[in-house]
Amino acid sequence: MQIRMNVNGEPVSADVEPRTLLVHFLRDDLGLTGTHIGCETSYCGACTVIVDGRTVKSCTMLAVQADGSDVTTIEGLAADGELHPVQEGFWERHGLQCGYCTPGMIMSAVGLLTENPNPSEEEIRHGIEGNICRCTGYHNIVRAIEYAAAKMRGEAPAPAEWEEVTA
Amino acid sequence: MSTTSVLGGVVKRREDPALIQGTGLYVDDIKLPGMLYVAFVRSPFAHARITSIDASAALAMEGVEAVYTIDDVRHLGPVLAQVPIGKVRPLLADGVVNHVGEAVAMVVATDRYLARDAADAVEVDYEPLPVVVDLKEAATDAVKVHEDLESNILMTWEAGPFGDPDAMAETQRKIAEAKARDDTVVVSIEAVNQRLIGTAIEPRAVLADWNPGYGRFTVYSSTQIPHALAGAIAKTFGITYNDVHVVAPEVGGGFGLKLNIYNDEILVAFASQRLGRPVKYTESRRESPNSTIQGRGWIATATLVGTRDGEILGYELHGLCDMGAYSQNFTVAIPFLGVFVASGQYKFPTHVKLDCVATHTMTTDAYRGAGRPEAMYYLERVIDAYARKIGMDPAEVRRKNYIPADAFPAAVSPVGFAMDTGDYDKALDALVESDGYRQMLADRDRMRAEGKLVGVGLSTYVEVCGFGPSGLVDLGFSWSEYGAPAAFSGTGLVRVNPDSTVTVVIGTGPSGQGHQTTWSQIVSDQLGIPMERIRVIHGDSEESPFGIGTFGSRSAAVDGSATFEAAQKVRAKAAKIAAHLLEASEEDIQFADGGAFVAGSPDKTVSWEEIATVAYQPHRLPEGMEGGLEAHSIFSPANATWPFGAHAAMVEVDADTGDVRLLRYITVDDCGNVINPMIVDGQIHGGLAQGIGQAMFEEAVYDADGNLLTGSLLDYVLPTAADLPSFELHRTVTPSDINPLGVKGIGEAGTIGSAQTIVNAVVDALESLGVTHVDMPLRPKRVWQAIQDAKGGN
Repeated sequence: MQIRMNVNGEPVSADVEPRTLLVHFLRDDLGLTGTHIGCETSYCGACTVIVDGRTVKSCTMLAVQADGSDVTTIEGLAADGELHPVQEGFWERHGLQCGYCTPGMIMSAVGLLTENPNPSEEEIRHGIEGNICRCTGYHNIVRAIEYAAAKMRGEAPAPAEWEEVTA
Repeated sequence: MSTTSVLGGVVKRREDPALIQGTGLYVDDIKLPGMLYVAFVRSPFAHARITSIDASAALAMEGVEAVYTIDDVRHLGPVLAQVPIGKVRPLLADGVVNHVGEAVAMVVATDRYLARDAADAVEVDYEPLPVVVDLKEAATDAVKVHEDLESNILMTWEAGPFGDPDAMAETQRKIAEAKARDDTVVVSIEAVNQRLIGTAIEPRAVLADWNPGYGRFTVYSSTQIPHALAGAIAKTFGITYNDVHVVAPEVGGGFGLKLNIYNDEILVAFASQRLGRPVKYTESRRESPNSTIQGRGWIATATLVGTRDGEILGYELHGLCDMGAYSQNFTVAIPFLGVFVASGQYKFPTHVKLDCVATHTMTTDAYRGAGRPEAMYYLERVIDAYARKIGMDPAEVRRKNYIPADAFPAAVSPVGFAMDTGDYDKALDALVESDGYRQMLADRDRMRAEGKLVGVGLSTYVEVCGFGPSGLVDLGFSWSEYGAPAAFSGTGLVRVNPDSTVTVVIGTGPSGQGHQTTWSQIVSDQLGIPMERIRVIHGDSEESPFGIGTFGSRSAAVDGSATFEAAQKVRAKAAKIAAHLLEASEEDIQFADGGAFVAGSPDKTVSWEEIATVAYQPHRLPEGMEGGLEAHSIFSPANATWPFGAHAAMVEVDADTGDVRLLRYITVDDCGNVINPMIVDGQIHGGLAQGIGQAMFEEAVYDADGNLLTGSLLDYVLPTAADLPSFELHRTVTPSDINPLGVKGIGEAGTIGSAQTIVNAVVDALESLGVTHVDMPLRPKRVWQAIQDAKGGN
């Protein structure tokens, strides 16, 4: 089937098998391998992308269902060489270890902060419960999202739990 | 001399920019021209004879390049386990399948969807055979897992102390005597330490590319042990180590799951060589629980005897450990790691006896903690039960029985192992004197007064990690059989380039531990060269000298120490060059601010750029000095390391539903010196989540026919952010004396200290109802049932 969509602001078109998952289309056809596959059952959230403004688990959406849509992946988040505040937060607050769940986690956090710019810790924890991280115990992911939320509201983030040294 | 403060301080991770922008490269991201995809035909039976395999329909599909069975690969032989006791897994099922999900045939096709379709089109006929899944039943040998093995009990580990039968008999006699006394208390708990599916979020993936012209393989694998994989492939295909290049790019979580040479890693290499094209296999989540090793799986009885005033006179841990159907890398050695720490941080006589039992299930092997969480779970559960029985504060009972701080550095545990350093009172004091712990106890009392079921649980722990010593293999482990040297040493190479950037090459295989950052700190501290000018390479069999990979919380203690020593050598040579250039004495050279200067004459300086350039211009070097500025070190520790700590948890139980809510979690961990506190804390956070996950949520469940009932993430419950609180971390620092960095290792401590802390807290919450034990995982139904049973018993 012929499909067209905008991915990270760029128009793309392709002829795909109807059963092609959106995540495989992004990864294998477009080479956007930042979106990861962790479970193929919508559970782990590693494949989360934003479709028409809403977060979607791209392992459970067919590419043909995204026909005509605007899709944003992790590769499209930084703008003009500037990290998105959520990306910055994950770096500043050690919100990742192996990095595999990270793109999906970041996209979910972007979605969360779009809907709720000033979430409590509990709201953050419930907001990302569709994304599994096996490395961080979520502690620093919560700190990272708090950091990003403050930045996006134009406020100073709470200090880190540590003091950084300069090399 | 330290010239900067980066060692021991927080610096942000150098790994992160790629990972947060989606440009980090994992194996499944790699796509080579002409690449083929693999799917496996897997057994639906736990035990069955294969009567026929018909691949004709699959082979007739356009784009299917091959279907292989054991007949195609039998000549390559099995991948040998490091501890080859039990049945070694054949490359593909050989006549009989022994667990659900065992690979029977391999399909290679031009597209990943097509490979899956073709695998479904392979017709396999099976003749079912008797199945044994239950551990106690398997131990009776009523149903044999493998007809040609004498018993399902593959081996028995026994210690008290290890390797000294006479002393062990004496220990058993002492324990029996103590039990017979009428002034002692005996407490016993039979408990399940359930099987777990480790679930790295990146499923395993491997891509092999045989180049017939060069006569060599390039292999990308999601592995913790790239060098050993290169050795295994070389040995399997009858080629040299030089003919295999293994790269472990970004690895999306390891936790021991990727500490194996897996059959699929050999099989894709075989297919690539046979078909002349790159071949990739990416495990699906659905097949992962039966194609990647599982962990834990013990049923044991912990028995403790002591006086009524808290002096413990003896401890026994007797149990069965589930090995699954086949022995892989470390399988039967995992319970031995439990033996290592069976007596924990205590001084009382301990006898431990663990039977390694085969069943018709997936193999178990090293999952985060590997034997140590199990041992610590039983020990710290039964000590808690003893404290309740004699009505003593759980902290005080522990304190009374610790190996004292002044027993170090010559301390030997009751199970017979030398321990490096320890100060168990210090960690326990830090916990019980913390504001958080005091608040926990006060809040518990307040909430109980409101009628709530609230409990506080405590556990202290010791673990053993940082393996080393090099000669650990003398216990009978050997890598020589599969193409790798038998030594638990570490490797590090430090090279200053002519522009004074530094390349550091290490033999580790990290999966998120931040080695690029931590190793940059080690080298920057030694050389005074800024971190951003240091590049760290790991996970590459060709770049680094032979390394044994990342596992057992060993990388910093062993490979980190090797790198530290290599950096010292480089620094010493650089000082000689600087002394020559400054016409000063070598002893007077100091490093600071991007170069070297003469002590007492701060204006006599030479930059690192100058030193590095001259190092590659032999005509400008001192007479007789060899050119270049690099050093390699192999570090061979004299012992493993023994981190320790104390954890406390506060929980609330809903009496009507059995739902357990974790309200608060406090830790004191002592892993010796800390190189980067942010990274160390992150390791603790992750370890806690996995230990708490075991206590509260996770369980691999097989039915009596050997079907895995928890084979997807819909059924295997992992902790989410909403299930966990923020953690409150504290630290004490007791440096190790067996490595120059004084570090111990922190990758597994959080897991080893936490599961029993949660169960102790839940038992504390339910004590008023008469509940004395609830098996993990503490799912609502099980907790609710325990409450009902206790009520019924009243």
